[in-house]
Amino acid sequence: MYLRKNLPQQLATGRLLPLCLLVLLAVGCAQKKDDAQPLANKQLPSRFGFGRPATAAQIAAVDIDVRPDGQGLPPGSGTVPEGRAIYATKCASCHGATGVEGPYNRLVSSDTSRAKAIGNYWPYATTLFDYIRRAMPFNAPGSLSNDEVYHLTAYLLHANGLVAADIEMNAANLPKVVMPAEDLFFPDDRTGGAEIR
Amino acid sequence: MLLGGMAATAATVLLKQSSGQVVQTALSGNRLLLHDPTKVLGPMPSQLGSRSPYEQPLRKPTDTSSRTPLQDLYGTITPSDLHFERHHGGIPAIDPQRYELLIHGMVERPTVFTLADLKRFPSLSRIFFLECSGNFRSGKEKMTPQDICGLTSQSEWTGVLLSTLFREVGIHPKATWFLAEGSDAAVMTRSIPVNKALEDGMIAFAQNGEALRPAQGYPARLLLPGWEGNTSVKWIRRIEVSDQPFMTREETSKYTEQVGDKVRQFSFVMDARSVITFPTYPAVVQKGWIEIRGIAWSGRGKIAKVEISTDAGKTWQPAQLGGPVLDKAHTAFRYLWLWDGKATEIMSRAVDETGYTQPTLAQLKKARGNNMGGYHLNSIIAWQIKSDGSVLLVPENTR
Repeated sequence: MYLRKNLPQQLATGRLLPLCLLVLLAVGCAQKKDDAQPLANKQLPSRFGFGRPATAAQIAAVDIDVRPDGQGLPPGSGTVPEGRAIYATKCASCHGATGVEGPYNRLVSSDTSRAKAIGNYWPYATTLFDYIRRAMPFNAPGSLSNDEVYHLTAYLLHANGLVAADIEMNAANLPKVVMPAEDLFFPDDRTGGAEIR
Repeated sequence: MLLGGMAATAATVLLKQSSGQVVQTALSGNRLLLHDPTKVLGPMPSQLGSRSPYEQPLRKPTDTSSRTPLQDLYGTITPSDLHFERHHGGIPAIDPQRYELLIHGMVERPTVFTLADLKRFPSLSRIFFLECSGNFRSGKEKMTPQDICGLTSQSEWTGVLLSTLFREVGIHPKATWFLAEGSDAAVMTRSIPVNKALEDGMIAFAQNGEALRPAQGYPARLLLPGWEGNTSVKWIRRIEVSDQPFMTREETSKYTEQVGDKVRQFSFVMDARSVITFPTYPAVVQKGWIEIRGIAWSGRGKIAKVEISTDAGKTWQPAQLGGPVLDKAHTAFRYLWLWDGKATEIMSRAVDETGYTQPTLAQLKKARGNNMGGYHLNSIIAWQIKSDGSVLLVPENTR
């Protein structure tokens, strides 16, 4: 009551200044702490026990990624001729008869064009398998068998001049395909500050 | 419709035409009476609100994205139905009752979380911008802020911190990367450094006070504050913890940029940027006082200042920032300008707390070369003010 009654006068005379500063300081600290670490883990129990253990079958059902070292590649194999046939049926309408014409992403590079394609811009051959299997064809994603994906991978790598026509593409040799673009890549070097990169 | 001078027999009103131009017109006394809202009983309360029929801000869609109408917005929060979209295989329909997030790989306890599980954890709500790294168009005079850089939006996101989830599953101390995978038709994937997850990454399930919109990742998405939008994988179904990046298509053949003869990869952070949202095309301004308004943001932290030039870049004055200035968030700026009616150019540039100053396109070309592509172009945007008051973009060419 005392405070409220005399608040305007106390504010005017500065008698409340120390109190105001204290309040501001406290609010400021709380704000800063909140910004920096909204929920410091030391305040949390070591485990909540939420969720349920994932079974090996559950993981296998969705673990479709393939790494550059080949981890994740499934059994199976593919050839260039079979890949060419599948490409004509399921891919050419978007990427062109020879992977150059489009209308969508160009797949085959050439010596005379700088246009980005697998042969001159993709740094890892395994990415091709991973991406075709997870997302292609655009209108029927995830519909290809592992062998079909190996066939297409073999065909597209061959069309880019990266593997021989008689290759039998599989989990052992796909990670070993040398991609010309790999050496071009470098990790982000922007760090803020004065420099423009 | 804004009522202007109220004379005895007539009033003037400002009408916004479909072109966006605002014109002044006279209104007869009779017409005013017919539209007198004090003489008509209005609708009663309802379950769901809607916009005034006079306000129809719209996104601008293409095959792969839709753009936020930045020039039509106020403040810094993007209404959820105007948040930009960018997806790689359409918007999936996901039943929240059947939604699950799997975390596995280099963890002690591979775990499946339902949406209800995720919501049981301590959650938090924070305001962040989200911007696509391909957010730059130019080349024509008749372009709006929406056309130029409408692939940035801002929301208050609510979710559980990734650090909380990683602690729950017992992440391996030698883990350095994780794969984030969406459950859309593209099964979108990006490799993300574990450090970002521990710093401020979250699994968000709400946006601006309600569940995520389907186009924004319903029922749950990754949210990596300040980083290029596609790393904030929507409709997230799986996180695989690893000790190396997975080199997915979206981080090799896409979302990488040529710098000289090399290719820069994992360019995660969105550098500081600003855009004037008024006056811009198609506005027409009048001589006299004009409040120049816009937004500025940086993926590296807070905006330190925004400067305005009204003489085509010769001199710069500080704009006023709308507080509170938040980390990695759209920050409103305004600058009061007395226009003398002579043709000129206006522009804004942002400086963030690291001391980074928004560059010109020429500076970016100099640093990256003429084949720099379309990612991470955050250059200064200039507007021509014609002597008749019309406003046009100063078009630029990235090559």
